[in-house]
Formats: sequence, structure tokens, C-alpha cells
Amino acid sequence: MRAAQSGERSSYERLLHEITPFVRNLARRHCRHPHDLEEMVQETLLTVHRVRHTYDPGRPFSPWLAAITQRRAIDILRRRRRVSRHESADAATVETFAAPGANQELEAVRSSEEVQSLLQQLPPRQREALEALKLRELTLAEASEASGQSVGALKVNTHRALKALRALMQGREKKA
Amino acid sequence: MDTEQLIESLSEELTPVRPLLPPSLRAAAWLGATALLVALGVGFTVGLHIFSERIALPRVACQCVGEALTAVSAVLAAFMRSVPGRSPRWALLPLPGCVLWLAASGLGCLANGWSLHGAGGFVGESAHCFAFILGASVPLAAALFLVLRRARPIDPLPVASLGMLGVAATAAFVLEFFHPFDVTVIDLTLHLAAVGIVIALGIGLRRRALAAA
Repeated sequence: MRAAQSGERSSYERLLHEITPFVRNLARRHCRHPHDLEEMVQETLLTVHRVRHTYDPGRPFSPWLAAITQRRAIDILRRRRRVSRHESADAATVETFAAPGANQELEAVRSSEEVQSLLQQLPPRQREALEALKLRELTLAEASEASGQSVGALKVNTHRALKALRALMQGREKKA
Repeated sequence: MDTEQLIESLSEELTPVRPLLPPSLRAAAWLGATALLVALGVGFTVGLHIFSERIALPRVACQCVGEALTAVSAVLAAFMRSVPGRSPRWALLPLPGCVLWLAASGLGCLANGWSLHGAGGFVGESAHCFAFILGASVPLAAALFLVLRRARPIDPLPVASLGMLGVAATAAFVLEFFHPFDVTVIDLTLHLAAVGIVIALGIGLRRRALAAA
């Protein structure tokens, strides 16, 4: 770590590779889902990078790293809980309504080619979540198994995908 | 992006950093600079005559020691908690000082027969004390946040609350130099309200003010 603080890239890369299993093992105590686990590992590595100047070379390295890992794991779990408390997969999200005004956004895009081209513009995880839950109408559990995303991640990605689609459609309307 | 790619890109963008000094040294530097500024401020304004008269009373002396102890221990604990890997028990360090401060202030109220009237009326000078604690806390808090944010705390909540407790206790201690009368229930209530507001503001601003990582 001392070498990494002085800017030696190869030492830093080796250090990050070496600490990854330790971080993953610690994160596994908080979560077992592969996707969330990897998110915790990546968030921890990013934080290590951001606060590398706070490591005191005169002190042991593992308590410093463990504190960062635990903090990031707790933050991710809290975020998940907060999101899942406020959001749910609503099967009626793309339902159309009798009042013409209510359908302006969704019905502006009529052709399936147009929908497909909009979907292609979404980030892969969001597209995957939207296709599984809204187009193939899988349950959250089925979609989670098929995609490898956690239920929480699926809900978040579906929400974000719908928001992104809405923005894309508005962009098209403006252009038109 | 998978973890391997992330490691590659983090290594590519690595730049040298200077390790922070140990938190105890940084706390000592901040406290030393603050003590110097307070000494200069008091020396150029009211001097020590009010303070030296009041400190002769053991109860007031205990109150001042409690405030100073809270200020020093809370600031030290905030610096300790600002870097990863330090024990969460540092957060308990200000407890003895707080207990002494509150107990001595409570005794002051008792000595005044739990009078609801401060010097100069029901609220009297207490409103000035309230404003003093808030006013003095603002520059102190800004200076403390400026130093603490260098650590980019990963858990800013305890850092902000401990830091602001230290700042408010420092302001309450400085108030003793300008406070020529004994504490009443109203005084104490308003002092505690001011301390509470400072801590709440610090907590509210913690993410941005501390540049949390």
C-alpha cells in the first residue's frame, strides 16, 4: 500500500488483485447474492482508491480495509432496503388508460421496430430487467433466476429503464 | 464493468498521494490553533477578569472543565472516526466531559433555586448566550469541516456529530469569558438548544461538508 501511495501502478494493481478475495469473503457475511456481492466488492475497491491517502503505513492494513468493506456493505444493504420499500414491480406500469391524455407518452411509440430500437439504447441490465418483467411477464423470482440480478436490482433497473424510455420518447417527440 | 476491468482502470488512473498525518496530531493542531485564536480574541476584548472571578467558584470551575474536556475529547474523537479502521468506541470519549458539564450546570441551576428568570428578565441575557454559541460555532465548524474533509470519511455521521459537539462545547467554553452571571434553567435550556442546533446542522450538511467517500 505504501508503494501504491507513492504512485507505483504495478504494485497497486497487484495489491487490488490480492485484496479482492479478502474483500469478497468479508462482503459474503452481509450478502450471498453474486450480483450484490460483486457490487460490494467493486464499491469497496473504489472507496479504497478514493481514501488511499488515509492509510497510515505505520498501522496494520487489514483493519483499515475491513472497515471500508463493512461500511460499503452496510451502505449497499441500506440502499437496497430503502429502494425496495419505496418501489415495487407494478404489472400495471405499462397499462394504457381510457383517457387519451394519459396515453400520450406510451402510445406515441406505436411500431414494434420503434420499441425495439428504443430498448437497444438502454443499458444492458436495465433492458434485461424490463424485457423479463414487462415484456416476457416473468415473476420477480423467475426473472431473478434467469438474469442473475437480485430482486432489488431488478426493481431498480426496471424503474430506471422506464424512466430512461420516457426520456428517450420525449426526446423523439421534440425532434419530431 | 467487471471487477478485473475496474482494477485495471483504477491502476491506470493511480496518482501519488501524501498520506495524512495521524488523526491525533491533526486534532492537536486544530485544537492548538483554536486555543490560540480564542486566547487572542479574549485578550483583545474582555480579558480574564470576569473569568478569573467566576472560576473561583468550584461549581463554575467544574462546568468550565466539563466544557473544555467535551470540546477536546469530541474533536479528537471526530478526527479518529474520520479515518477507516479506528475503533467505534472513540465516540464514547466525550461522555465524561459531557456528564461533568451537565452536572455542574445542573448544580448551578439548583443554586439559583431553579429560578426561571435569567439575568435581566425571563429570557434576559440567555438569548445573547444562545446567539453567541450559534455565532461562534459557525466559523469554528467551517474550520473543522475544512480539516476533517481531507480524510473523506466513509461514515460521515459520527464524524459530523462528534465534530459539532466539539465545536459547540468550544463555543460554550468561550462564552464563560463573557458571561458574568450564574447559569439558570433558562440559560441552560438555551445553551443546550444551541448545542443541539449546531449538531443537527452539522449532521444535515455532513455529506457535502465532509466530502464523504
